[in-house]
Amino acid sequence: MSEAAAAETMPVRPGVGAGTVAKYVFIDSPDLTPADLGLRAYEIAPAVQIKETCFGLVITGPEAEVDRLIVEIRKFDPDRIFVKDRGFPPGDERRCRANLGGARPGFYGHENELRLARYISAGLRALHDPKKADLLRAKPKKADEPLSPERLAELIEES
Amino acid sequence: MAKVFIYPGTSLILSDLVSRFGHRPLGSALAVRDRVQTAGLDTPPLQITPEDPKKGLRYAAVEVPSGVRGRMSLYGPQIEEADAGIIIRDADLAFGCMGCARTNELVRFLLHERKIPLLELDYPRSDEEGIRFVAAIKSFLADLVGGVPA
Repeated sequence: MSEAAAAETMPVRPGVGAGTVAKYVFIDSPDLTPADLGLRAYEIAPAVQIKETCFGLVITGPEAEVDRLIVEIRKFDPDRIFVKDRGFPPGDERRCRANLGGARPGFYGHENELRLARYISAGLRALHDPKKADLLRAKPKKADEPLSPERLAELIEES
Repeated sequence: MAKVFIYPGTSLILSDLVSRFGHRPLGSALAVRDRVQTAGLDTPPLQITPEDPKKGLRYAAVEVPSGVRGRMSLYGPQIEEADAGIIIRDADLAFGCMGCARTNELVRFLLHERKIPLLELDYPRSDEEGIRFVAAIKSFLADLVGGVPA
């Protein structure tokens, strides 16, 4: 069987077709739950497949429609909603924890970064805050920058 | 809109910030999506096929473990395609087997070799560091082609 013929006989799987994208939406907000956001998302784009999860949503659908939905749902809490592409469609048996048991591969990385999300939210809020202008101009530390005495004192106190 | 390679390739924070500030993040998800959506003999299509380690020969020698070459078949074309890159230096979450570890080293090396604009940062550990982190990324992305002035 040629590759083209094999492609024609392939079962249609949601989210697998070319032009379809899947995106994670992570929420780290005290004002908005994944369930709230899921309901609002369905109101905005009923044709898109939306799966509610413990951390937010997984959205699957045509790229233009998903992008439009992302722009709209970011407005609910712009500094605390984070979006990321996903390779596999939701429920894919190669990644879904329902089939594999335990956490989904990749969840640990997201869990790790979500712990830092509040600092990113602070950074995003500061972009609109004129009082933080000095901090915005400050350069991030270099890798070879020596440990400051203040930071050393903090580390000693923490230990 | 510039194509910005993100390291670690699975980073939620970098992926979000790059797309939020108007550019296209290149990471693992896009490479895997391409393979999952490409019709082929494998049903369901595999994210890595036996052909991929051969494609990885472009980036790593034949005696290098196939895991490195397979991963490089995902990341290598994206590094070549990228207009800029953002690297998180203390990305402990990218640890893994030796295949992952060596691929990570090779990815960082190839990004430096390409001489494209690179921004290297550490993860923020406080609000103040978070403010600097976001401001640095915004300023870096604003200087790229198609960026919005900071």
